Amino acid sequence: MGRRKRLAQTQSGAEGMQSLPALLHRNVTQFGDAPAYREKEFGIWQCWTWAEAAREIRAIALGFLELGIAKGDHIAVIGRNRPAHYWSMVAAQMVGAVPVPLYQDAVAEEMTYVMEHCGAKYVVCGDQEQVDKVIEIQEKVHQIEHILYTDKRGMRKYDHSQMNALEDIMAEGSAGHARFDAELDKRISAITYDDTCVMLYTSGTTGKPKGVVLSNRNVIESAKNSAEFDHLTRNEDILSYLPMAWVGDFIFSIGQAYWCGFCVNCPESADTMMTDLREIGPTYFFAPPRVFETQLTNVMIRMEDASKLKQRMFHHFMAHAKKVGGLLLDGKPVGLGDKLKYALGNLLVYGPLKDTLGYGRFRVGYTAGEAIGPEIFDFYRSLGINLKQLYGQTEATVFITVQPDGEVRADTVGVPAPDVELKIDDKGEIHYRSPGVFVEYYNNPASTASTKDSEGWVATGDAGFIEESSGHLRIIDRAKDVGKMADGSMFAPKYVENKLKFYPDILEVVLFGNGKDHCVAFINIDLTAVGNWAERNNVAYASYQELTANPQVLETIRDHVEEVNKSVAADEMLSGCQVHRFVVLHKELDADDGEMTRTRKVRRGFVEDKFHDIITALYDGSERVSTTTEVTYEDGRKGSISATLEIVDVPVVAVVQHKVAAE
Amino acid sequence: MLDNSEGYVTEDGRKIGGVVMEMKNITLRFGGVVAIKDISFDIREGEIRAIIGPNGAGKSSMLNVISGFYVPQEGEVWFHGSKRPQMRPFEVAQQGIARTFQNIALFEGMSVLDNVMTGRLSFMKTNMLQQALWKGKAEAEETENREAVEKVIDFLEIQHIRKTPVSRLPYGLKKRVELARALAAEPKLLLLDEPMAGMNVEEKEDMSRFILDVNDEFGTTIALIEHDMGVVMDLSDRVVVMDYGKKIGDGTPDEVRNNQEVIDAYLGVSHD
Repeated sequence: MGRRKRLAQTQSGAEGMQSLPALLHRNVTQFGDAPAYREKEFGIWQCWTWAEAAREIRAIALGFLELGIAKGDHIAVIGRNRPAHYWSMVAAQMVGAVPVPLYQDAVAEEMTYVMEHCGAKYVVCGDQEQVDKVIEIQEKVHQIEHILYTDKRGMRKYDHSQMNALEDIMAEGSAGHARFDAELDKRISAITYDDTCVMLYTSGTTGKPKGVVLSNRNVIESAKNSAEFDHLTRNEDILSYLPMAWVGDFIFSIGQAYWCGFCVNCPESADTMMTDLREIGPTYFFAPPRVFETQLTNVMIRMEDASKLKQRMFHHFMAHAKKVGGLLLDGKPVGLGDKLKYALGNLLVYGPLKDTLGYGRFRVGYTAGEAIGPEIFDFYRSLGINLKQLYGQTEATVFITVQPDGEVRADTVGVPAPDVELKIDDKGEIHYRSPGVFVEYYNNPASTASTKDSEGWVATGDAGFIEESSGHLRIIDRAKDVGKMADGSMFAPKYVENKLKFYPDILEVVLFGNGKDHCVAFINIDLTAVGNWAERNNVAYASYQELTANPQVLETIRDHVEEVNKSVAADEMLSGCQVHRFVVLHKELDADDGEMTRTRKVRRGFVEDKFHDIITALYDGSERVSTTTEVTYEDGRKGSISATLEIVDVPVVAVVQHKVAAE
Repeated sequence: MLDNSEGYVTEDGRKIGGVVMEMKNITLRFGGVVAIKDISFDIREGEIRAIIGPNGAGKSSMLNVISGFYVPQEGEVWFHGSKRPQMRPFEVAQQGIARTFQNIALFEGMSVLDNVMTGRLSFMKTNMLQQALWKGKAEAEETENREAVEKVIDFLEIQHIRKTPVSRLPYGLKKRVELARALAAEPKLLLLDEPMAGMNVEEKEDMSRFILDVNDEFGTTIALIEHDMGVVMDLSDRVVVMDYGKKIGDGTPDEVRNNQEVIDAYLGVSHD
């Protein structure tokens, strides 16, 4: 009781907080001893309280002043999720500079455009790998005045005339604090609600990335509204593992974390994320569908290796969970017998499983970024995990629509978030207006004007409709991806792709058929799932490519596609989207090759151009196609792989033609 | 006899110190087979020294002489300015020499962490009983050593397999775990026996970076045997080339590359 009351006071007291440094100050004053950041290093969770974090951040800010960073300068931050990188962003705001987090896995060539566009003079790098990239970029852009890095390893030999370890400039800044204190305080107090808080580059499924400018107002209002919507408190724990350049991470790990005052936990490395997740057991969690898909695949694989008894127990109770788990979570009435059986299941299966997955303390969580397969979504909900969907964009500071507790469904993305207005135009495109609406695209007034109108309405580029019965928004697809088949029926690729992606064997699907008389598909198999199957069935393979060409694999995938065709045929509007022919691609679609965005969305147009020879073969009736594909290695070098792909025909369910039906 | 000159500066500006180890006229025979014939060379402080040569040239035998595992019939090994007597393996370790093996020699059933911990053996003072009882000193000692091991794990980026049994790891990672165990011993001289054998390009790149980082970060002197010429030329400061047990070249990678005898050995000129 006491705690809740105190929190309520905290939040009313925080009105008038106009910047993240101001929120930081409030948090230190009110609960300075509470944990603010944790990072696993050397096998141990290292912890910083709000007071300690504030001291670190101030030291960085002083160091920035010593370097001569001016108001309005852009500071790029490239690295994995680490407290020091989050601190650098807040320190940048303190000195009036604009933090620009970038995707750390982008190759130098890709990063050059963004660096040049924002004109960053200062860069905070995570490690040597990032520094090397920045040096390569500098050869082209000649604008970078100073590089800072957090991990000193391998850096000894570099020319340090324009380079320093972050901790060294912190030490220098702290030593010279007498000279800079007044200036720093002046700059902090000069920050206004409409100053730029952060600049985030959109990943861009088409064209060049655009720099979305978000103000303090955008970030703080969005954080406040969303925190109140889900009753987030300062007792939450989150795991920060998503790319720092992504708006979601900025809002969760900085916006909401500072607004609510909860603790941000950073994993030891990208590879330990699952272990760290389990150790932290976040109460508030956010993940793109891919994470949930991977986890489910792993669970299923491990169950297949489990003893017969365990398998039977698992399947028995999962069937029960499927029946009542979701209802229980939504607070709907459930019979006493079912309740008791669910409680037993929780003791024997759901509880231990949730604990293994790291969801033992899960209170509320979201999946967004892509549509999630309904079966996957229901799996987690049936376990009693309050997983919800939201629909958002960088331009909206994440939140457009959110699912309220108790109104969670797999096929909608919820109701408008607090203070968000929504409208659908006559072409079916979704528009919104909210306090989170971005200020502008940096140095790109033309794009700003074509996206945001004079009244502040923003076009999302997605097609959807509001369900009359519930008021929930349903997304059909990217507006530009929705097309028409040759016979005039609707072509909505995502719908079919998501159905196929539910199968653990299938990682990614790209459906083609716009303007054609039937649909064809590219399929990527999931190496984990299919590899495990191969191991258990003594199928030898030397490489991913070899596995993709295995006749048994193709047979399995064909069965999956056939099943999906049956289910697609049942949908009157989309029955024309059944897959007639497909190939299993010889390589995984990859962001390094430009086939996906850094947030792992397929860049349809690019894929269509790159593999046009395969598409042609899919349509001209050939039985196989030989192709050579350029690939980019992680260090930016290029190579090529050749393959002959078998084209597989799939039976389709005959559909009664709409026109015939109409007559 | 011992060359005490001040050392040299490498192309990338690292200062190489005086001689750490000197092999003088080493000859090693197995029965009638002469594995090493009258070879002399030195290893200097802080340098990466490679020994290369075709199959059967005697490279691994040479490394075993350096590590003290083989005792040559003729010649002397000088270590830190004094002639080295015959030693038992733990004495070698105590002198600050650690190594990895061509054929991985890890405890397959133990976790990565436990394997790397074994590298700390010479730092453990408590006896088996104390460790079994887990009392006072033993506990403090393990914590201390665990910290050192964690730093190595962090350095070699193997956090994600910390608790994984070694038998479940792919080859490339096992090699890295071996390096981790050698590093845990905080060696002054690190011997690597074909650290990149059987690796793919990406794994080789990673391993090269780790070797350079070890040398850079801890100033460890490294002697390595390697088949991959590209890797050797990129990594090492000086190279000894062996062929049929004899030294046929010694110098910087560039000098060695242009040495006619070396070219012949690698291209396979007939030996009469």
